[in-house]
Amino acid sequence: MTKRKLIDNISSKWMVASLSFFLLMPLAIAFGLIVKSSGLLENHSIGNLITSSEWSPMDGEFGFLPFIVSSLWVTITAILISMPLCLLSAIYLSQFAPKWMLRFMHPVIDILAGIPSVVYGVWAVLVIVPLVRDDIAPFFHADSVGYCILSGAIVLAVMSIPYILNLLLEVFRHIPVELGEASLSLGATKWETIKKVFVRKGGTGILSAFGLGFSKALGETLAVMMVVGNVVQLPHSVFDAGYPLPALVANNYGEMMSIPTYDSALMFGSLLLFVIILLINIFFRYIIYKSEAL
Amino acid sequence: MTLRRKWEEKFFHVMSGIITLAIVFVLVHLIWSIVAKGASLLSWNIITQPPKGTFYFGGEGGGFLNAIAGSFYLAIGATVLAFVVSLPVALFLNIYLIKYQRLLIGIRFFLDVLWGIPSIVYGAFGFLILMYLGYRNSLGAGIVTVAALISPIMIRAMDEVLKTIPIGLQEAAYAIGSTKTETAFKVFFRQALPGLATAILLAFGRGIGDAASVLFTAGYTDNVPTKLSDPAATLPLTIFYQLQSPSEDMQNLAYTAAIILTFIVLCTSITARLLYRKK
Repeated sequence: MTKRKLIDNISSKWMVASLSFFLLMPLAIAFGLIVKSSGLLENHSIGNLITSSEWSPMDGEFGFLPFIVSSLWVTITAILISMPLCLLSAIYLSQFAPKWMLRFMHPVIDILAGIPSVVYGVWAVLVIVPLVRDDIAPFFHADSVGYCILSGAIVLAVMSIPYILNLLLEVFRHIPVELGEASLSLGATKWETIKKVFVRKGGTGILSAFGLGFSKALGETLAVMMVVGNVVQLPHSVFDAGYPLPALVANNYGEMMSIPTYDSALMFGSLLLFVIILLINIFFRYIIYKSEAL
Repeated sequence: MTLRRKWEEKFFHVMSGIITLAIVFVLVHLIWSIVAKGASLLSWNIITQPPKGTFYFGGEGGGFLNAIAGSFYLAIGATVLAFVVSLPVALFLNIYLIKYQRLLIGIRFFLDVLWGIPSIVYGAFGFLILMYLGYRNSLGAGIVTVAALISPIMIRAMDEVLKTIPIGLQEAAYAIGSTKTETAFKVFFRQALPGLATAILLAFGRGIGDAASVLFTAGYTDNVPTKLSDPAATLPLTIFYQLQSPSEDMQNLAYTAAIILTFIVLCTSITARLLYRKK
């Protein structure tokens, strides 16, 4: 009996310890990154760091604006591309399509979601870059080498489709069928019902799905970095090269130890990314939680 | 029904169908274009030999056993480590905290948020800890970082499975005198086994494909790691570096490595799916 009690005791403690570890992890990450970036913050104000576009680590100039702007360009373009695609596809699968189609699509979505970032990157280098260079850019009378914001945005859009689509299907599944039936019985067409009842009823859920997709895309590193060009500049169109924040951190860690406060600057970059993504996540998860609780 | 309404209905029906097909097409195209590009170099030597020649300019034969072995060591190590901390958390949520619904919702919310943190942040943080402790990039450091990255996924996936176990089973176990631990590991664990296996495979797939977190922590080497303190090459990073190489032979190798990585990940996710369906 005592042995069983002892085991019970030990295992309970281990469970609590594991849980506490995960509860403390984001705090530890935030703390570590803040401590490490304090070397940079001593000499530069945060306001100055995120509004200056002067980037020359050798001279101690760290303006994060080009990276922040590039990140926003890539991510917003990506979400604008994937938004209508995901919404229409989710509508088709949940409203129009036969049941077997949904059963077929679930594994397809899972597989797409499971493909590693770097494989998407390879595909983008093989397919998207030539497409942008030879077809899309000339169509808009622009000149582009293909390694640009648009290529990054397209691959990000493709990568975020399974993630957003899954969330959207969940949203549509939660809407009561009776609502649709009431609308249909009043003589509305299927599409009118979807437009005026389902999309409106699921509005907050749909918005949250896009919000979470946005934060996912914002933190995506490798696939984007492989096709976005990585030039430090303020991009003026989607055909310009950009340099998003995650790419900055990933590209430069090798040399960051050799230049003073460079490591601080890169950790500050990670901190920015971490805080922004955490806030977006908390906000939209909270909205989802609230709308499910109602 | 007016004509306009009818056409609008038709238009969106067809349009949304086409888009759904396009998503399937992207998946097929992705796999096809990588296979078409890299299949010609696929050989037995490539998966059983470490590289010969220098890092950027290969071309002297040899394969990438270093990366395949490194990836497997890393992902398996990380999955085991994650399992050791994830299973207790998932069981704790569903057995000890089952009566505290509000707290439970809060913790699940928190884990979902944790899931959203990008892998590059984990990588940067892992690197920071390494510097602080004064260690070099190594297989062990990579394992710990990847384990931290995949644990939230594993916990939530396990939690979803354990959630479906009826509370009556728990009460029955208590009624015959089981302790909470015995209920957890002998009843719940066994009941949820196929689902738990799916959770583990999902986490493994995520771990083996992730590059941003190991970029800083696992390092890179041409050798197969033999101990935890050795640096370890991984498939995703190999692909990334090879593709950046100026030599075309080397770039072609990247496509072959991409086929192998895709194959491993596809096998993992398909097995995970089959296991779950059986249940």
